[in-house]
Amino acid sequence: MGLELYLDLLSQPSRAVYIFAKKNGIPFELRTVDVIKGQHRSKEFFQINSLQKVPVLKDGDFILTESSAILIYLSCKYQTADHWYPSDLQARARVHEYLGWHADCIRGTFGVPMWVQVLGPLIGVQVPEEKVERNRTAIDWALQWLENKFLGDRLFLAGQQMTLADLMALEELMQPVAVGYELFKGRPRLAAWRERVEAFLGAELCQEAHSFILSILEQAAKKTLPTPPPEVYPTMLLRIARIP
Amino acid sequence: MGLELYLDLLSQPCRAVYIFAKKNGIPFELRIVDLIKGQHLSDAFAQVNPLKKVPALKDGDFTLTESVAILLYLTRKYKVPDYWYPQDLQARARVDEYLAWQHTTLRRSCLRALWHKMMFPVFLGEPVSPQTLAATLAELDVTLQLLEDKFLQNKAFLTGPHISLADLVAITELMHPVGAGCQVFEGRPKLAIWRQRVEAAVGEDLFREAHEVILKAKDFPPADPTIKQKLMPWVLAMIRRLKATMRMMHTETLCRLITAFHFHFG
Repeated sequence: MGLELYLDLLSQPSRAVYIFAKKNGIPFELRTVDVIKGQHRSKEFFQINSLQKVPVLKDGDFILTESSAILIYLSCKYQTADHWYPSDLQARARVHEYLGWHADCIRGTFGVPMWVQVLGPLIGVQVPEEKVERNRTAIDWALQWLENKFLGDRLFLAGQQMTLADLMALEELMQPVAVGYELFKGRPRLAAWRERVEAFLGAELCQEAHSFILSILEQAAKKTLPTPPPEVYPTMLLRIARIP
Repeated sequence: MGLELYLDLLSQPCRAVYIFAKKNGIPFELRIVDLIKGQHLSDAFAQVNPLKKVPALKDGDFTLTESVAILLYLTRKYKVPDYWYPQDLQARARVDEYLAWQHTTLRRSCLRALWHKMMFPVFLGEPVSPQTLAATLAELDVTLQLLEDKFLQNKAFLTGPHISLADLVAITELMHPVGAGCQVFEGRPKLAIWRQRVEAAVGEDLFREAHEVILKAKDFPPADPTIKQKLMPWVLAMIRRLKATMRMMHTETLCRLITAFHFHFG
């Protein structure tokens, strides 16, 4: 059995891994784990990842979780072009510097609008307006730092070339964009960065990776999204409760 | 000017960077940034790191923030022993995996435990409700269990038979609740033995030196009103994430009720 990637294109880090593998022609078996249907909570998937999260990589007997670890593993094993994860000491340090800040300030924060507008309502939960506002402020603050400290007047977040940092960032930003947040309005430098990243990845690949989330509001309105099973409710409620 | 490390040993990631540099004989100028005096909020420090956080590294013109980035930079630049961050693809991936996981889990739990149990009531004179503290300690408990079950398992160290960056980052995190008086290793023999192994590998003198500040944190005199006012906005930014913990505990009860309701009434 070759490389297997356990993913759900609803998930930001899953999309980063998917896009990276596809863009670099890395052969893999896609194992879809539908999180809304609760497939990540199944006994079978527990054997793959006891933390019950996606993405997960399985390479023979070797199982790896955490999207940044997976991306680094893939870039090294498949010897992808240097710019993704540069061998230059300082350039590589910049990628890790971004990923560290991303874990604190982007991850978690940028996923909230999807919970507010789609996933919460799917189980009949309405997130209080005060939390929505607080999240908007947190998003604005993060975007400011993203644009000013990380992008600055560079072409990409960790330098003049596309790296893993840009891929991770783009996929997080796409989450609120998919539910109507105009993140790039009034942020021309960030908008230009996004176009650059998407042009680099290719319109077709972006379309493929983003089509589910970009249609999610429509699907929610038409009630064509799957119904989460009851066993998923506790973790969904917990996630919603964690929204500051 | 050689390598400069801007640190406060009160901070978990600073301790990891400090120990790593010292252990590997990496020459550096220590620049103390005293957090409880608010020195990280000064204009001078903003020149080094506009995000106003420690640790920060300055190597000539090159400035770097984020502890994992700093540790990896030092690892590669100073060609430290392989076991810290192995060349072997899968062994290294295990370290990357831990370093990514801990960021949003153990790191946050340990920080909350320190603040809820000690820094708020003792240093800042701000009361913390018993429910909030209980929820924080419950979360820490869950995270410690994951550390044991998913990462340590039956290995000598977190990612294999040798110490790595993962162990260094983990142990310095765990000393945070220890400094607050939490019995982290009590009732967790596997973790306790692992701690001893890590301390021995690091060197007990160095370990003690790095943890002097956090272990004395309970004796910090209460902050005077000026300092408290200066620090509060920074602390409040942390509170926002910390307050969520309290709701979490109530929600767990709520979840159980909802699940029960759903099963009974369809």
